Amino acid sequence: MQKKEYTITVYTENQVGLLNRIAIIFSRRKINIESLNTSPTEVDSVHRFTIVINEFEDIVRKLCRQIEKQVEVLKAYYNTEDEIIWQEMALYKVPTEIIASSVKVERLLRQNGAHTVVIRKDYTVFAVAGHREETEALIKVLEPYGLIEFVRSARVAIIKDSSGFHERLKEFEKQEPGEEAIENEFLDKNEEVFTM
Amino acid sequence: METLTTQKEKTASPAIVTKSGSQAVLEAFLAEGVDTVFGYPGGAIMPIYDALYDYNDKLKHILVRHEQGAIHAAQGYARVSGRTGVVFATSGPGATNLVTGLADAMIDSTPVVCITGQVFAHLLGTDAFQETDVINITTPVTKWNYQVTDANEIPHVLAKAFYIANSGRPGPVLVDITKNAQLQLFDYAGYEKCTHIRSYRPKPIVRKEYIEQAAELINKAERPFVIFGQGVILGKAEKEFIQFIEKAGIPAAWTIMGMSAIPTDHPLGVGMLGMHGNYGPNVLTNECDVVIAVGMRFDDRVTGRLDKYAKQAKLIHLDIDPSEIDKNVKADVPVWGDCKETLPLLSKLLEQKVYPQWLQKFREYEKMEMDKVIHDELNPTGEILTMGEVINTLNELSKGVAVIVTDVGQHQMVACRYAKYNQSKSNITSGGLGTMGYALPASIGAYYGAPDRKIVAIIGDGGFQMTLQELGTIMQFKPDVKILILNNNFLGMVRQWQQLFHEKRYSFVDIQSPDFVQVAKGFGIPGKSISRREELKSSLEEFLNSKGTYLLEVMVGKENNVFPMVPQGRGVAEIVLCKEDI
Repeated sequence: MQKKEYTITVYTENQVGLLNRIAIIFSRRKINIESLNTSPTEVDSVHRFTIVINEFEDIVRKLCRQIEKQVEVLKAYYNTEDEIIWQEMALYKVPTEIIASSVKVERLLRQNGAHTVVIRKDYTVFAVAGHREETEALIKVLEPYGLIEFVRSARVAIIKDSSGFHERLKEFEKQEPGEEAIENEFLDKNEEVFTM
Repeated sequence: METLTTQKEKTASPAIVTKSGSQAVLEAFLAEGVDTVFGYPGGAIMPIYDALYDYNDKLKHILVRHEQGAIHAAQGYARVSGRTGVVFATSGPGATNLVTGLADAMIDSTPVVCITGQVFAHLLGTDAFQETDVINITTPVTKWNYQVTDANEIPHVLAKAFYIANSGRPGPVLVDITKNAQLQLFDYAGYEKCTHIRSYRPKPIVRKEYIEQAAELINKAERPFVIFGQGVILGKAEKEFIQFIEKAGIPAAWTIMGMSAIPTDHPLGVGMLGMHGNYGPNVLTNECDVVIAVGMRFDDRVTGRLDKYAKQAKLIHLDIDPSEIDKNVKADVPVWGDCKETLPLLSKLLEQKVYPQWLQKFREYEKMEMDKVIHDELNPTGEILTMGEVINTLNELSKGVAVIVTDVGQHQMVACRYAKYNQSKSNITSGGLGTMGYALPASIGAYYGAPDRKIVAIIGDGGFQMTLQELGTIMQFKPDVKILILNNNFLGMVRQWQQLFHEKRYSFVDIQSPDFVQVAKGFGIPGKSISRREELKSSLEEFLNSKGTYLLEVMVGKENNVFPMVPQGRGVAEIVLCKEDI
């Protein structure tokens, strides 16, 4: 068994302190969080955490069970890279004079799917959304042209097989919900998670 | 988005009246059936204490001497009664003093609700006097916690707190209430008990196919073995459990937390598991063919080395907490659910059976343990008393009806090895966290949780000195608690390890004690210290029959060791009976 990159998706209530509750599940076990994003979902009151870690699968499964045990967590899923569509966004600040004077840089940016966010006399900011390799590749490209600043966002991911959370939430709200809302079995049968 | 309104039990009239946040807290307690609160006042919780003044006839408040004492008392109360223990503490140091008890309640799944005062909301984050970030400090050691800054939140937050603390796998909950919220007057519309939180599933749904698979495995087994923990007690499933083992005829061993769920002399009871448990159940864990684990969590003190733990056996794990399945030991059949529901379903599918030869094996190991360990511990030839004979004499006198509250260390292991029980919820001890200083305050709480039962606190000389200030609480409120100090003039368990594994380099285990009888006397508590066998029985009789609290100190062998023992890092089958075998 090998450590792999897993993307954990957690559906939660929107509650102060929950981020800490979730974060300490990792830090208590000395597991580094590579990326963490919180976001609203398609459902009004439900929040979504997207967490990326490198770990063995059985550890990831146990982590998800610990996460789900938290009172305000509705559901936690984990997926490997091939099971999700994901993006990270990066911003690059470069001196405008170089961009303006070098056609090559402009072509490079276009090739890398970057678009211009802001142009000022002294600097220009580009944005790229994509996989880690893509945002990283552009750093290499821009370095020779005086890259002033670089920042990358956390990962956001959509699970390919997911049918969203609306229906599932109705289950959760029932006094006696069905199996799907209650079971953790999906953690053992990853592929059948979204067949509700 | 369609939202279903949840059904709620109305427990108060819906008429709107004006109440303060503090009053709302106390109303919540009354609605939840709380009769006793353990606490200590302070600046940030003064409005609640002011309101308490008017509730004196409905709520008993026990003023402890340290907040750690309050939470351990609440734990003792909860463990003996199954009801939720309740604590008041002020902000800052009051709240941080709860942390040990919260951690203890968390790991031992004890239902406790703590209310802490907090500085005014506008002062949060300003390093105000006695301000501390209680929510973040207690997050890892609470099942749930919440900070209230507006009195309007109090009724439903407390309803949630009580529901979460004592449903599913129980645990501690802390609600931090800012002083302004305690003082705030608001439109109080009554208290509604919480019965449903959409993101919280106290019980997994019972899956029939797993029950069937489990039954099939058990029916086919030749050497099945049941191991059980506190889940049986927490699930109030003692009756269902006994019916289950009796129908299936399977020998059953308990963890320290499961102890007293079945009578100690039950014909199928084969003793305690774990590091200082009994010989047979440890060795035979590695010889059985099916393990049925009920409401237990495979603590490392129970399993020893995991890669040498029950590898030959199929494992059926019944637990209410899905995160316990496969956590330490991989289950072949996970039976999720409340064992009160799952055990009868399982029993129904089982064949009525007996395993005389298999059970005989346990009895053979029991005899070996008797010959090499127990006999000498209970009938020592030397002049100096052993802890075992004290417990044994206590058994004779108390006839197994006492609630035994133990602290942590050698005396705890000896008490749990030799004490006899014939009633559930009778063994109260700090199992998972191993909190020295637990027993004295926990025994106070146990008294209020079960005032008709005899409460015996068994404590070592080290542990007693950690929380002996609670003698003041006993002095003032007079709970009838019998305090038995087993004094070996050492921090015995650490000393035992230093002797066995650190070449007898006794590093700071030589602890001096005050004259405990004089200390007790200072608190108005009668006491006696003995060291001779002739005095033992009569003194214990006097101790048990005394009116009110009594402290009996028994001087026991300084360098006695607790055996058998599974040395750390070894498998359960490598349990040793004496130090020469290590």
